[in-house]
Amino acid sequence: MTPHWTEYLPALMQGAWVTIQLAVFSTLLGAVLAFAAGIGKLSPNAALRALSVTYIEVFRGTSLLVQLFWLYFALPLVGKAIGIDLRLPPVVAGVMALSLNIGAYGAEVVRGAIQAVHTGQHEAARALNFTPRQTLTGVTLPQAIPEMMPSFGNLAVQNLKDTALVSLISLGDLSFRAEQIRNFTQDSTTIYSMLLLMYFGMALVLVAVMRLMEHRVGRWRRVRS
Amino acid sequence: MLFGFEWDTNTPLDFAISILPILLTGMVVTIQATLLGFAIALVLGLVFAVLKSAPSRFIAWPAKLVTEFIRDTPLLVQLFFLYYVLPEYGIVLPAFMTGALALGIQYSAYTSEVYRAGLEAVPRSQREAARALNLSSARTFSHIVVPQAIPRIVPAMGNYVVSMMKDVPVLSVVTVLEMLNVARIIGDRTFDYLIPLSMVGGLYLIMTLFASGLVRLLDTKLPKQGVPLK
Repeated sequence: MTPHWTEYLPALMQGAWVTIQLAVFSTLLGAVLAFAAGIGKLSPNAALRALSVTYIEVFRGTSLLVQLFWLYFALPLVGKAIGIDLRLPPVVAGVMALSLNIGAYGAEVVRGAIQAVHTGQHEAARALNFTPRQTLTGVTLPQAIPEMMPSFGNLAVQNLKDTALVSLISLGDLSFRAEQIRNFTQDSTTIYSMLLLMYFGMALVLVAVMRLMEHRVGRWRRVRS
Repeated sequence: MLFGFEWDTNTPLDFAISILPILLTGMVVTIQATLLGFAIALVLGLVFAVLKSAPSRFIAWPAKLVTEFIRDTPLLVQLFFLYYVLPEYGIVLPAFMTGALALGIQYSAYTSEVYRAGLEAVPRSQREAARALNLSSARTFSHIVVPQAIPRIVPAMGNYVVSMMKDVPVLSVVTVLEMLNVARIIGDRTFDYLIPLSMVGGLYLIMTLFASGLVRLLDTKLPKQGVPLK
C-alpha cells in the first residue's frame, strides 16, 4: 500500500530547506560575480576586460550541467596533475557552479544597465571633479541598479530552478529527496506533483521578495517626482 | 569502445582524438533533441499565446496560470514527471521523445511570451489604417500584423534555441545519449573525466558561438519593416 502524501512531507521539507539555502547562497555569490564581471567588462584596464569577457563567454556559452560535472568530476583530476587536492564536496561544487553560471548572465545585465545611464551624468560627475570610483558608486550605480532589478528577478527564479540539477551530484536537495522517496515507494504521480507544486510555491515567494527589493532600490526615484 | 569507436589511452592527445568521433555522435543527438524540442515549443507556444489573448477570462486566466507554472518549475522535475508519470497512464514514449517533449513544454512558456510581445509591438495605427482601408480582420492579421511581427519574433526565438541547446544535457538523466552523457560514460570506463568533459565544454562553446552568430546574422538580414508573406 502506498503511504498517504503527508508522510512524504518531512523528508521533502528537509530537502526544500537545502534547496532554499543553495538558492540564497548561490544567488548572493552570483550577484557579487555579476557586479565584478559586469563592471570589469567596462574597465579601462585591458587585462581586466579580457578576464571578464572570457569568464562571461565561457559560462554563458556552455551548459550549466557541463560546468557542474566539470567542477565535480574533472577538477579533482586537474588537482591531481598539479599536486593539489581539488576534490570538492558536492555542496561546494554545487554552489560554485550555480553562482558562476548565474553570475555570467548577471554580468551582462549589470553591463547593460550601467551603459544605459545617460552620458550626461558621467560628464556632470567629471565636471564636478568626482573620481572614477566616486562616479561609479555615487552616480552610475544608484541609477543603474533599479534598471537591473527586473532582470535580476528573472535570473533569481532561473537560479532556483537550476538548483534542481545539483541532485545529480548527490546533494540532498528537494529533487534528490523526492527521487529517493520515489525509488522506495514507486508513487511517482503524488511525489512529482508535490515536487512541482513546492518549486512553484518557492518561485512565487522569490518573485514577491524580488518585487519588494525592486521597490526598495527604486524608492529614491519616486521621492523626487 | 562506444558506438564502434575504440579509444586510445597512450597519450592525452591520442585519447582526445580517438574520442572526438564518439562525442560528435553524441552532439548529433544533442542537435536532434534541440530541433525536435524547439518544434514542439513553437507550436505549443503559439497555442498558449492564442489562449492567453482569448477574449474570455475563463480561457485566458487558466492559460496564464499554466504557463506561469511551467516557467517557474525546473526542467529536471518536469522531465522526471513526464518520464515516470506518463507510463502510469499508459503513455509509453522512448526516452528521447520524452526529453524533447519536456524541453518543448518548458520552452513553450517562453515562446508564448515572444509571440505575444511580437504581435503587440506592431503599432496600433497599423491595424487602424488597415481597418480604414476596409481590410477584413483575417487579412489584417495575415498581411499587416504578422509580416511586421516576424522581424521581432525570429531573433528572440533564435536566442531560445541557443538556450535550449544548453539544457539538453539534462536529458541524460533519462538515459538519452547526448554529448554530456557520452562523455560521462567515457569517463566512467577510462577513469579520465578531465579530457572528455573539457572537450564537451569546448564543443558547446563552438556550438553556441556558431548558433548565436547565426541568430545575429538573421537579425541583421531580416528587413525591419516586415517580411511579406508572399
